[in-house]
Amino acid sequence: MTSPSLWIHPALILFAGAILLPLIPGRFKKAWLLLMPTLVFLRVMGLEHGVYGTVPFLDMTLTFGRVDRLSQVFGYIMSLMCLLSSLYGLHVRRDTEHIAAWLYVTGSLGVIYAGDYFVLFLFWEFMAFSSVFLIWFRGREQSLWAGYRYLLVHVFGGVLLLAGIVLRWNATGEIAFGPVGVDSPSAATWLIMLGFILNAAVPPLHAWLPDAYSEATVTGAVFLCAFTTKTAVYALCRGFAGMEILVALGAVMAVYGVVYAVLENDARKLLAYHIISQVGYMVVGVGLGTAMAINGACAHAFAHILYKGLLFMGTGAVLHMTGESRFSHLGGLYRKMPWAFVFTLIGGLSISAFPLFSGFVSKSMIVAAGFTEHQYWAAFFLMLASSGTFLHTGLKVPYFIWFGKNNCTPETWERAKEAPWNMNAAMVVASILCVFIGCYTPYLYNLLPYPVDYQPYTAYHVSETLQILLFTALGFFLFLDKLRPEAKISLDMDWFYRMGARAFMWLARKPVQEADDQVGEVYRFGGLVPLMAAARFSAWFDWHAIDSVVDGFARLVRRFGGEVRKLQSDQLQISILYAFLAVGAMVGWYILSY
Amino acid sequence: MKIVALIDFLKKHIGRVRIVCLYSLLALVVIDWLFVDKSPAHTGPEHYVAFWALFGFVSCVAIIFLSKWYGYLGILTREDYYDEP
Repeated sequence: MTSPSLWIHPALILFAGAILLPLIPGRFKKAWLLLMPTLVFLRVMGLEHGVYGTVPFLDMTLTFGRVDRLSQVFGYIMSLMCLLSSLYGLHVRRDTEHIAAWLYVTGSLGVIYAGDYFVLFLFWEFMAFSSVFLIWFRGREQSLWAGYRYLLVHVFGGVLLLAGIVLRWNATGEIAFGPVGVDSPSAATWLIMLGFILNAAVPPLHAWLPDAYSEATVTGAVFLCAFTTKTAVYALCRGFAGMEILVALGAVMAVYGVVYAVLENDARKLLAYHIISQVGYMVVGVGLGTAMAINGACAHAFAHILYKGLLFMGTGAVLHMTGESRFSHLGGLYRKMPWAFVFTLIGGLSISAFPLFSGFVSKSMIVAAGFTEHQYWAAFFLMLASSGTFLHTGLKVPYFIWFGKNNCTPETWERAKEAPWNMNAAMVVASILCVFIGCYTPYLYNLLPYPVDYQPYTAYHVSETLQILLFTALGFFLFLDKLRPEAKISLDMDWFYRMGARAFMWLARKPVQEADDQVGEVYRFGGLVPLMAAARFSAWFDWHAIDSVVDGFARLVRRFGGEVRKLQSDQLQISILYAFLAVGAMVGWYILSY
Repeated sequence: MKIVALIDFLKKHIGRVRIVCLYSLLALVVIDWLFVDKSPAHTGPEHYVAFWALFGFVSCVAIIFLSKWYGYLGILTREDYYDEP
């Protein structure tokens, strides 16, 4: 059904809010920063299922507003997270940072409500180009380069996506944003999938995420951790439910992120690696493709956005206050920032899927769907990864920031104190939601796209989870020495393009420049010198040969003219005689020649 | 601040906290063994006593050691690795 009346897209409200922000007087700015996301959230809640905002374009019909249960669950959590993140970043005075963040969310909402692949692509790119500013605004030199890398990788992904969309359109004439033939995948299917899984940070296309998110601004990272990867999960749910290869990719990425988290020294980079691990669960859910698995993927995305946001808020508060996010330069902060510790711990317990916390009711749906579909190795991989999740996010992050050896410099220790009220308020709301979702399952389950027939709170499941997590904690404390932070970084797939770019620059500076110099030299010796010699020769030839011929001829003519002049005496009859002789000679020559 | 006082209290009695935690772990395994219905299990090994406890512990140890081994293969490197020489 198409509504002929005016339909206001939720993204439009945020877009207008972002554009008008610089015009809002200073004293109303904070109210505006909370009002607009609230209006967006209310607008999302007020949407009714249907198709809206259709625009004829060339011989196609573009659809900006397709509202159904799947788009609503993502629209709901994205707009809620926008409100929480805006509250968290309320102290930020730079308008442009708020504008970039809101335009980024605009892109995400645009994708979620897009009804066709062209509109999706439009907003997809909008997200990439607006979010990069959240990295650049950190202001460090590393952030500048990380931003460029982020943008280049996303542009590459966008090109793959567009190629897939156009191929599909060309082959089938179809542009609707729906399943793209997962049973008999064509080149278009693979290209669109590559575009999506690049944004979902599926290895080996993942390195942009930890690289960029750890370099983003404090508030920027809170926005970034929610929108790009989960919008990609939404797109995968829509287009690739049941694509079997995603089960394997998801299981591998769940463990991949955990392995890198062991090595990581930067708290925010560790959390970024854990996004990869957690999105792995969702990708497995999409690959399984059953109603329960898709429900699980959506539920986990919903819960993940909140607890990962909370974790980035907690570690961001530490970074904001102390200027430090490396474990090797932190420690023992519980006396200085106890509330940030409590909130981060709640985030850690939620992501680890402790009973009564949000991850417990969402993650287990995907694992259960894996077992039900007899994908045992994938399900056990996910169980293994959940041990790793608690190990790092539930234990390593809180322990090495708030407990453990105090590695703070005197300046860091001096600066450390509780975060501003707005940061704490956002963390309080996110914490309450994490616990609420974990305790009252109908809140989340009623939002899911399919009816839910799943009960997480069985004795077996609670006991199983507690055993895994608590014995992981035992392992953590027994091998604590092995996990002590080291002031090092770990190399990842970005090595290839970072060093590749460096190799390219070296190639440009050294061999290509050298070759250019050589060619220049060859030109000088082989081209310019012979040319000059040739020029000199031609000058000489001109002077001595041509000129002498011409001059000689001229001299001859002059001499001849002189002789002729001598003939021209005053005596006319002699002149006439010469003339006759000449005419006679000519006539004679004429007659003789015939 | 009550949180700080609580943490200080626990740190002061860390020996006792450790003992309580270890007994809790034992209790968890025993309760699981004696009282928990194993019918929802999907695979055979899940019926063994303390299967998930062992799974959790072994997973944790495996992740720590395998990751460290991987890191020392050359993945872990100095912080200024990417700085221009």
